[in-house]
Amino acid sequence: MKVYIRSAASISAQKSFKQAGFLEEVIEYTGTRLPVIEPDFKQYIDPKLIRRMSHVIKRGVAAASECLKEAGVDMPGAIITGTAFGCMEDTITFLTRIVEGNEEMLPPTAFIQSTHNTVAAQIALMLKCHAYNNTFVHKGVSFEHALLDAIMLLNEQEADNILVGGTEEMVDTSFKVLTRLGLYKRWPLSNLNLLQTVSAGTIGGEGAAFFLLSDKSDPNNLAELRALKVLFNPPNIVHSISTLLQENDLTAADIDLVVTGKNGDTRNDAVYKKVTTAIFPKQPIANYKHLCGEYPVANSFGLWLAANILKKGEVPEVVLERAASNLRPKRILLYNHYQNKYHSLMLLDAV
Amino acid sequence: MSSKVYIVGLGVISSIGNNVAEHLAAFEREEAGMAEISKLNTIHQGELPVAEVKLSNEELIAITGLPVNSSRTSLLSSVAAKQALDDAAIPNLNTFRVGFVSANTVGGMDQSEDFFVDFLADNSKGKLRYVHDHECGSITEIVASQLGIHDIVTTISTACSSSANAIFYAARLIKNDIADVVIAGGADSLTKFTLNGFNTLMILDKEFCKPFDENRAGLNLGEGAGYLVLVSDKVMSALNKVPYCILSGYNNSNDAFHQTASSPEGTGSYLAMKGALAKAGLQPADINYINLHGTGTPNNDSAEGTAIKRVFDPFYPPMSSTKSYTGHTLGASGGIEAVFSVLAIKHLIIYPNLRFSTPISELPFAPVTSFLKDRPVKHVLSNSFGFGGNCTSLIFSVA
Repeated sequence: MKVYIRSAASISAQKSFKQAGFLEEVIEYTGTRLPVIEPDFKQYIDPKLIRRMSHVIKRGVAAASECLKEAGVDMPGAIITGTAFGCMEDTITFLTRIVEGNEEMLPPTAFIQSTHNTVAAQIALMLKCHAYNNTFVHKGVSFEHALLDAIMLLNEQEADNILVGGTEEMVDTSFKVLTRLGLYKRWPLSNLNLLQTVSAGTIGGEGAAFFLLSDKSDPNNLAELRALKVLFNPPNIVHSISTLLQENDLTAADIDLVVTGKNGDTRNDAVYKKVTTAIFPKQPIANYKHLCGEYPVANSFGLWLAANILKKGEVPEVVLERAASNLRPKRILLYNHYQNKYHSLMLLDAV
Repeated sequence: MSSKVYIVGLGVISSIGNNVAEHLAAFEREEAGMAEISKLNTIHQGELPVAEVKLSNEELIAITGLPVNSSRTSLLSSVAAKQALDDAAIPNLNTFRVGFVSANTVGGMDQSEDFFVDFLADNSKGKLRYVHDHECGSITEIVASQLGIHDIVTTISTACSSSANAIFYAARLIKNDIADVVIAGGADSLTKFTLNGFNTLMILDKEFCKPFDENRAGLNLGEGAGYLVLVSDKVMSALNKVPYCILSGYNNSNDAFHQTASSPEGTGSYLAMKGALAKAGLQPADINYINLHGTGTPNNDSAEGTAIKRVFDPFYPPMSSTKSYTGHTLGASGGIEAVFSVLAIKHLIIYPNLRFSTPISELPFAPVTSFLKDRPVKHVLSNSFGFGGNCTSLIFSVA
């Protein structure tokens, strides 16, 4: 069985959503937190509902709708999402009211929308989709586990046109707490200098990206997702990557471009350095987290980038760390890790 | 794909017991776990009954060996998952691809809400160790690490159907030849967040809940954890033991009606039950017992009952809601009730639906009201439905 990405839609800190160009105009931010460029939600959601929805719900529903539209599919065969923190805005709102109101006179809306499956549920509700619906909430590989579920459904011949997405929202409270936990840099910087400013911490981000997966070959498909590996505390990541290549009858020379999750944090980036030095000493390398920031499902932006590189046959200058002449990648390894604990590997082929 | 998925280990902790044996005894004594709130620090003490696990955090820490200040969710998860793995007693476990698929809805919220009081007063305050394990995934990671599992580790959160989906997913990991052995289920602890959340929805009964009764007035919240150990054909043949049963059917469908309310015709639950029966290759008449979702809210029981009528009419198997014992344990309920479903097959028993007196007027059936032994229990259907329209049904069958 083969797995294809039919369409992809990404809402991010860049002009990634419904754009004719491909990262032609790069948006620069200064700080340690990248916001999201909000689309015109009215095109996707009933205005009466927009007011009640938190950012993560609106973005998830809009990205899912656009993804379906681009594939020309009205009804997906399943809806699967990944998010580590879920609906933070509503969670914080309800928690704040509990504390401030001493558990009295609480309105229910924030609680109702605070469950982690709200985005997948709201997409199902909007589409009246009764099909399989699941939500994975496993830290930095939440999105990858959603993808794995979709691949299994295709393999089981249980469904086709599976909508898979990663969503995460950053609210002021979570940004403050995560800053105190030491995730981010202690001084403001330009996101475009992030990968050259290797020191402790990175910059925070948020976003929503959806993909439509099918096992049917089609010239309009963006890319083939040839392999996915999700690893927890692998003893030797270099060995794991070599094994993945062997399992797919490939050598390092067959990989045209390695896309990594470098984020400007010293310890984080050292892992990628080790891998590229050991296995891919000469291959072209691209990175993306200076464009979208770091968040648990940031790799969904990475997959959007990789799939578009393969479809368009071009690599935007802003993502390239090590270039090559006439670079038109036919095969990409997308490698991301989360705090060197969870690692994800995706092999993508042009169609 | 591997044809069968066997259940070879069980672990459970809830308000009616700290292990399988204590649960069986409580069922037979018809002893519910609800009481006045004694552990959760809330203004609703004395006003809303809940079904708390009887052990304190300190006692759970002593049992599990987890660090002081661990989230109660990870403590409950650790107790039940360890029991399940010990019960399975799989020799040379590390020669197999082992997975841990765990569900929860609150993560470390029990600690986060304490942090938040200090944090709200001053954003530079609040002990960070109390938010370190806020994420749902942290709970799974802590227990997986303790059990030494690293091949496939993931967390599912689909509200009250979470751990039924975890068990479902575990079976598929085995059938897709990604894992050989998977410990699957879920855990949730009581928190102010969920207690107040359900209270704002006005679906908490101030008395002990009465699932599937005409005069039901809502649910009682509970806490706990329940896990199964699922294994492939290959592992089963290497084990020198008889399995409890197989997981023969499963389905996940969405009601797509409302974020929290169930559709009047029970579309999602109907599709989940029909789909699970089709997957198992069974007819409705083959089912010997239904472990109902049966929360005790007017809306759930009416929708679930209507869906059961659509699937089973005119032959209704014995059915009951064990939430009349354990309360609604949210993300843990699918796992806990899967353990009860498996035990029903193993011991040929059917649990009573406590405090039932008046059948729902629009439904032509009523739940079982006494503890039944020596029943021909070959196929059990277990329902778990949640916010967001997430409906999942599992079917367990004799091996």
